[in-house]
Amino acid sequence: MENLFEYSFVLRSLLGALFASITAGLAGTYIVSKRLVFLSGGVTHASFGGIGLGYYLGINPVVGAAVFGLGSAIGMEYMSARGKMREDSAIGILWALGMAVGIIFIYLTPGYAPNLMSYLFGSILTVTDGDLIALGVISAVLIIYTAAFYRTLLYISFDENYARTFTRHVDLFRYISVGLTGLAIVLNIRMAGVIMIIALLTIPANIVMLFTRRYLRIIVLSTVVSFAGISAGFAISWFTNLPTGATIVAVLVLFWLVARGIRTLKKSNRIEKLKKTTI
Amino acid sequence: MSTLFNIESLTAGYEQKIVLSDVSMAVEENDFIGIIGPNGGGKTTLLKVILGLLKPLSGRVDYSPGDLRLNQIGYMPQVAQGDTLFPVTVEDVVLSGMMHDKGSTGRMGRAEKKRAAEVMDELGLRPLAHQALNELSGGQLQRVYLARAVSGSPRLLLLDEPATFVDASFEADFYEKLKLLNRRMTIMMVSHDVGTISAWVKSFACVSGKVFYHPHSKITQEDLRLYGCPIQLITHGDVPHVVLHKHD
Repeated sequence: MENLFEYSFVLRSLLGALFASITAGLAGTYIVSKRLVFLSGGVTHASFGGIGLGYYLGINPVVGAAVFGLGSAIGMEYMSARGKMREDSAIGILWALGMAVGIIFIYLTPGYAPNLMSYLFGSILTVTDGDLIALGVISAVLIIYTAAFYRTLLYISFDENYARTFTRHVDLFRYISVGLTGLAIVLNIRMAGVIMIIALLTIPANIVMLFTRRYLRIIVLSTVVSFAGISAGFAISWFTNLPTGATIVAVLVLFWLVARGIRTLKKSNRIEKLKKTTI
Repeated sequence: MSTLFNIESLTAGYEQKIVLSDVSMAVEENDFIGIIGPNGGGKTTLLKVILGLLKPLSGRVDYSPGDLRLNQIGYMPQVAQGDTLFPVTVEDVVLSGMMHDKGSTGRMGRAEKKRAAEVMDELGLRPLAHQALNELSGGQLQRVYLARAVSGSPRLLLLDEPATFVDASFEADFYEKLKLLNRRMTIMMVSHDVGTISAWVKSFACVSGKVFYHPHSKITQEDLRLYGCPIQLITHGDVPHVVLHKHD
């Protein structure tokens, strides 16, 4: 019986790591390239309001988070596209409001909310089969969406004004991209945690961008880097009882430091070679 | 020469602000028009209407005389617009000029890559094909955006201030490239530098609410005054600088 539990736990962890890595690869590359890191932080924290509301109403908090996450992602995109408000201010307000709403609803919920900490810091132990299925579906949708519209999405992200000369659907694609990204982020909250998830979205893509500027390569390689980092983080947190999200962040930052070191070495080697060839 | 397209009684602008009013003009095939005029005079607006990015408030652009289609127009926006830190290669950017003939699910195959290689060869960009944009100089970047504009083999090429961020030493080389391209396509180029481009263009269009077409590359301050085109005309060479005064 114990073996079975361990087996299903390992399988569950690996599946969770895989899906989180796909989010990190596809959504992360998009977020880092388009400089939407702050926006994704806003979406994550705004969705905490949905978690609180979910608790209060007695429904699955992830459903509440998904609604809040999607709503805030599209809302922020709309506000900044219309130029009616400074984008960073809009994000700041939604960020704080989401957290406030979440805390108020959890306070109002009778009894004790035992899993609250797991939403903030992440834990693979609380991930349900339903969560895994939802993660699998959003990962598949992200892959199909990116593969089908790869060139269009790449060029809209790079130069929206030029893209308008060849497609009339620039705004539609932007909303779909931001919406899917928001959903993917939120569905990963249970595992990575509201506070840590930003690391998954930014660190792997930044590690890979130290070495290549090809968009497709960044997507693929940052998925691989995430998988390695998350798996290592899982393993360490399992054996040491440290919080999963925080351990993953620590591992990813360590990867990043190592990558920076490698790149610095490579650069200085190249300069040495150049010096030798010119002398 | 035959007419490529006509602008007919065009009025265009943005919310509550009319920029171009009742403009009519015929653009001849293989012309090379320098578009000049004061800031806010409607130069970029005119390009946007021709590109189909901005709907006219009244009047229209009639593409039928030369059987011109929107996907046969190449466009080079002001160079500062693309994010050069964005992770794309030179080849990727050049390929994007061929998206006009493709739907949203368009892919870039061997034929497109071959075509991109030809254009990069022509503009001296081939060795940079797999470089990222942030590794390029201003002059190289400018040629990348020109390559994007012409890789779809357009019949009409629209350029908006192509030389803004480029050293003077690159400029002559760039205009030389345009001159070669002009053999197979009509060019309309927005510029502030009337003096420099007069050596390369075949004609001028002065855009200042209205559009006045000047069918020669030689333009004098008297012409500009007649057209109501309040811009600085700086001539190069031995002639002392002549600065035109703005009039009401």
